[in-house]
Amino acid sequence: MGIALHAIEGRSPGYWGLLGALGALTALGLAGAWYMEHHGHVVTGMTNQIVWGVPHVFAVFLIVAASGALNVASIASVFGRTFYKPLAPLSGLLAIALLAGGLMVLVLDLGRADRLVVAMTHFNFKSIFAWNIFLYTGFFALVAVYLWAMLERRMNRYAAAVGFGAFVWRLVLTTGTGSIFGFLVARAAYDSALLAPLFIALSFSYGLAAFLIVLLAAYGWTGRELGAAVLARLKNLQIVFVAAALYFVAVYHLTNLYLAKQGAYVRFILVDGGVYPLAFWGGQVLLGSLVPMALLAHPRLGATRGAIAVAATLVVLGGLAQMFVTIVGGQAFPLELFPGFAESSTFFDGEAHRYVPSAPELALGVAGIAVAGILVALAVKLVAFLPARLGDPLADSA
Amino acid sequence: MAGRAVFAGLIFATALGAGWALAQERTAAAGRVPKPALAQAKGDKCVDPTDFMRRNHMQVLLHHRDRTMHEGIRTPQHSLKGCVECHAGPQSGTVVGGSDDFCQSCHAYAAVSIDCFECHAARPRQARAGARKP
Amino acid sequence: MKPVDPTRRQFLAAAGGAVSILTLAPGVLLLAPAHGRAPDQPVTGKVRWGLLIDTTKCAAGCADCVAACNRENGLSGGTRPTDPQWIRKVELKDRRPGRQASLPMMCQHCAQPPCVDVCPTGASFKRADGIVLVDKHICIGCRYCMMACPYKARSLVHEPVTGQSPDVPRGKGTVESCTFCVQRVDRGETPACVEACAAARHGAMVFGDLNDPASEIARRLAAYPSTRVRADLALDPGVRYQGI
Repeated sequence: MGIALHAIEGRSPGYWGLLGALGALTALGLAGAWYMEHHGHVVTGMTNQIVWGVPHVFAVFLIVAASGALNVASIASVFGRTFYKPLAPLSGLLAIALLAGGLMVLVLDLGRADRLVVAMTHFNFKSIFAWNIFLYTGFFALVAVYLWAMLERRMNRYAAAVGFGAFVWRLVLTTGTGSIFGFLVARAAYDSALLAPLFIALSFSYGLAAFLIVLLAAYGWTGRELGAAVLARLKNLQIVFVAAALYFVAVYHLTNLYLAKQGAYVRFILVDGGVYPLAFWGGQVLLGSLVPMALLAHPRLGATRGAIAVAATLVVLGGLAQMFVTIVGGQAFPLELFPGFAESSTFFDGEAHRYVPSAPELALGVAGIAVAGILVALAVKLVAFLPARLGDPLADSA
Repeated sequence: MAGRAVFAGLIFATALGAGWALAQERTAAAGRVPKPALAQAKGDKCVDPTDFMRRNHMQVLLHHRDRTMHEGIRTPQHSLKGCVECHAGPQSGTVVGGSDDFCQSCHAYAAVSIDCFECHAARPRQARAGARKP
Repeated sequence: MKPVDPTRRQFLAAAGGAVSILTLAPGVLLLAPAHGRAPDQPVTGKVRWGLLIDTTKCAAGCADCVAACNRENGLSGGTRPTDPQWIRKVELKDRRPGRQASLPMMCQHCAQPPCVDVCPTGASFKRADGIVLVDKHICIGCRYCMMACPYKARSLVHEPVTGQSPDVPRGKGTVESCTFCVQRVDRGETPACVEACAAARHGAMVFGDLNDPASEIARRLAAYPSTRVRADLALDPGVRYQGI
């Protein structure tokens, strides 16, 4: 390898300020989780109609982004593009950090978070949730071994094989995450095999966006050299991934449009469902997809770091909007028990369900991102993850 | 199932510790730690010998809980409801809540938290007890 | 040995009494569903409990079944979005000709329950006699079953609970739903809602063993057409409706 990896110094006020800010956000989130645990879910905006709320929006986003963050490493190891090789360790690190943040949110939102040990000792193997427990823990283990293989010289010869295993595993993992919703036969918004490939496309996009943000921050703040060619390749990849995600979203809605029984749901989520069409068109499509694609594709703007950072941040925010539309919007549309009948009851049958997230659950969700940030910030200080210089000639010759 | 075995093992180990502590306490003269003040239960003896129950009540309850939950077996022997009916304090009417109450006094002494009564009633049903229903 | 304390004797006698009532009083057995099971024997698949609801007899304003359920199972009866509701009255209006109907909706006790399939820990389960329950001892409160249920039958307990019935443990952070009043069924009685419907002289609910061709529910299902809600999902629910 022509490129040396070096730990960052991590002693500047900016570094401690970053850690302090992320730590404060984490503390807020943990306080929110404790508050929810103590009083019950009555202090959240979640109800018996909207059973999964903002914590799941963040958790699923982070888990999907985690598998995608591994892509840069996969491109290097699996597809043999040595250009990406110096970036592979950071990619693996980010994958672990994002998954840890997402799982923390998911677990702390449980009605009985104190019973985590039960979830680890009782399994119903017909449940995709139970499979996911193994997929997530396996992902941690596999990526950890992968990192070891990449960072330890004597282990380097196994890196390609382990990397291939991790790549396959991450595809299965995202299929599992998408299937959490895809297997819900009862609800109009889910019950679609398309959700598995859709989530894989989303993971490519979210994961790369998270990677770009971390890369730009790490190199910008430490003053290390980051070549324009490296960024140009990554941002072009980001355009392709956003477009792929948008394609699957379009196919998902178009198939639904074709089915008469799905008509009411499509109208709800795309036209008259209030905040959900707004989050879809304004957040997911415009700000989360079209604007970043335009920014990145722009001949002049697309070459600037500021524009790339803004575009990647928009992809992340658009991703959160998309998860909100998918998870909360999907539940807000009422279950139809008696087609052809208008339904009403004390349990809110036949009406769109309201959801207003409370501060503790928002704090918990944000804490998932903060924890991922802390893990990355600490790891790059303690372990040599980042190439000392990533200038173009070096990256090209590597 | 292996997990359940491990879980039961943990409970068992805890129980052994608690039992041992109780035994020590009985032989020692009045120590610094106040002994559990067990309220008088109804009847003259438990459904099983006291020594056995002291060490094994949690396993017995765990076994019965699964049989009741999954198989619909609601025999009064070893049912938590049966425990509560006999052991609710004569004054307080409950097995937890006060330091004299049966479950709480001993669990406080052994420093083992009880999760049962977050969901299960800690008091016998008044009307039904009068009507002598099972 | 000291003489047996009278209270304890009564406790044991009451326990024995439950057996004798079941085995010695044929009148009770004729009124109640005859599950013919000794108290120390496990439930078996020979019985499949079911409920038939005749919506033509169900009155629009009547919620006696709901009140009886709340009383029996210790629910508050509140109707905030966070309050658990095990049974609810659904008012229906046909969009085209406008015919109205009213019916109780609760856990349909499916033979192929999606809530059981998705539960990661196995807390959501189906008893051998077809009653779908939540084993709250291993429920972690993930709410995936609530996402999966087509009938919106399940509720999360959003707040700490006090004053539970000794027969119906309930607690914060776990999911719950209609149990067909399993504590009553195991005593040889019918669910509280069915009893209340009969007491109000509506008689819109019939509870019984779907596997027993001689039971009233089986005979009525054999004689008259009935509907399974969300029949398209082929979940084989244990609750059937007539008149819709």
